[in-house]
Amino acid sequence: MTVKKLSPEELLGLNKFVVDEEEPHIVLDKTVCARCQEKPCLYVCPAVLYTLKEGEMNFDYAGCLECGTCRVVCKDKGIIKWTYPRGTFGIAFRYG
Amino acid sequence: MSADEKFDAVIIGAGPAGAACAYVLAKAGKSVLLVERGASAGSKNVTGGRLYTYALELVEPGLYQQAPLERKVVREQIMMLGQNSAVTMDYVDYSFGEGVPQSYSVLRAPFDEWFAGQAEEQGAMVAPGIVVDELIEADGKIVGIKAGDDEICATVVIAADGVNSLIAQKAGLRQDIAGHNVGVGAKEIIELPEKVIEDRFSLQAGEGAARVLIGCSGSVLGGGFLYTNKDSISLGVVLNPEDLARQHSKIHEILQTLKMHPAIYPLIKDGTTAEYGAHLVPEVGYHAMPKRLYRAGLVLVGDAAGLVVNSGTILRGIDLAIVSGVAAAQAILQQADESQIGPAYVQQLEQLSLMATMKLYANFHELMSNRRLISVYPAMANDLMKTLFAVDGGLPERMDKAMFKVLKKHVTIGQLIADGWKGFKAI
Repeated sequence: MTVKKLSPEELLGLNKFVVDEEEPHIVLDKTVCARCQEKPCLYVCPAVLYTLKEGEMNFDYAGCLECGTCRVVCKDKGIIKWTYPRGTFGIAFRYG
Repeated sequence: MSADEKFDAVIIGAGPAGAACAYVLAKAGKSVLLVERGASAGSKNVTGGRLYTYALELVEPGLYQQAPLERKVVREQIMMLGQNSAVTMDYVDYSFGEGVPQSYSVLRAPFDEWFAGQAEEQGAMVAPGIVVDELIEADGKIVGIKAGDDEICATVVIAADGVNSLIAQKAGLRQDIAGHNVGVGAKEIIELPEKVIEDRFSLQAGEGAARVLIGCSGSVLGGGFLYTNKDSISLGVVLNPEDLARQHSKIHEILQTLKMHPAIYPLIKDGTTAEYGAHLVPEVGYHAMPKRLYRAGLVLVGDAAGLVVNSGTILRGIDLAIVSGVAAAQAILQQADESQIGPAYVQQLEQLSLMATMKLYANFHELMSNRRLISVYPAMANDLMKTLFAVDGGLPERMDKAMFKVLKKHVTIGQLIADGWKGFKAI
């Protein structure tokens, strides 16, 4: 194996997640996001889970590393719910 | 757990602060519940990182010898990266770490699980897989926690729930986190054979290197780190999230570019990335700590209390977390009067030199927010080295003139003096 640049998908693919299919722990109000000029979440999320799809903010909570950076930078409060995943769900770091 | 059961202490978060607190309290015979949202302690945590073992000595002398630590750090390195070059300061002292200070590289998943297990052996009840939703308040005092349908009462609740302390916010001790008060960290664990790591970093078996990286983030405020673990390398960056957004830079891309830097790549080549982690770091230190670290029935410890120090060369968080956990435990043990636990905790933090340490480094963050420090000076250091070492057979310029030319290319003399003065004042 040689070291190379890895895409966000490849990086997340290395991790162990127990995805809570029933309950997203982060929820957006996309109408607020549409009005947000800066959209800092597009840049700060280490997992790159915030993306624009046909101009609309798109978010996938499945690969969330639970760092909380989006919550800190979301000034227009498009993130209407930010909690930790329910107990035992979410990322499970094996090294940390 | 029955509803009428009341613990002497409920601790939210089984990181180093929570586990240290639980250990000391349980050992003294108190009934302690240590609640952790991960399926196991450590499974939600990420570190740079290293641990200064004096802190574990406070919990129990000799305890660190059993801990799953990675390598004893004997090489301290500062690396300033240029476009295609690097200047590295490498300090090695073979008597360093014989006593204190000792530090070891550490991985949090195994370490935290071990530490919580040690607290459990002392008699603490460890409950993983539980997210605390709310605090229970009565007559202005915190009297317990709510997790799902469970309500658990306690004489004192200890918020050891980390940098994103939702509990501290719910208790009104913290505001929403401001973007400039934290750094976002991203790191890869890159696996390599033990012997390869030792050869690449000039280490004997069991020895480790810790490296601070400057100039690795383009012009985004922040820096990088590299720690040698037993059979892996922790390579990461910690960056200012507001600055990332402002410059439309993505943190994972900066880390990927760093991996391929000609001065970094040879250290990790043929390695295999085993994990990608991210976490927030309380960056500012003393000035961003909550004004009050307690209220009736609740104390804040570790990252929840903003206890991180970054002096530019030394980064401390885990040790301060452990010290604060011990301080909280001692305050609880000493105070029969519940209302005095908070003030006693702050007094303990003073006695253990933790507050004084936070104050000592209070102005370092502002110093390191100087954009020139992260982009201009590393480039300048690299240029200066080129001047010293490049030979092309022609008549070299006089050394003083050549050096002055490099300086002028990067900064004005005014800037140099101003930055020097600011630096002097901050330390």
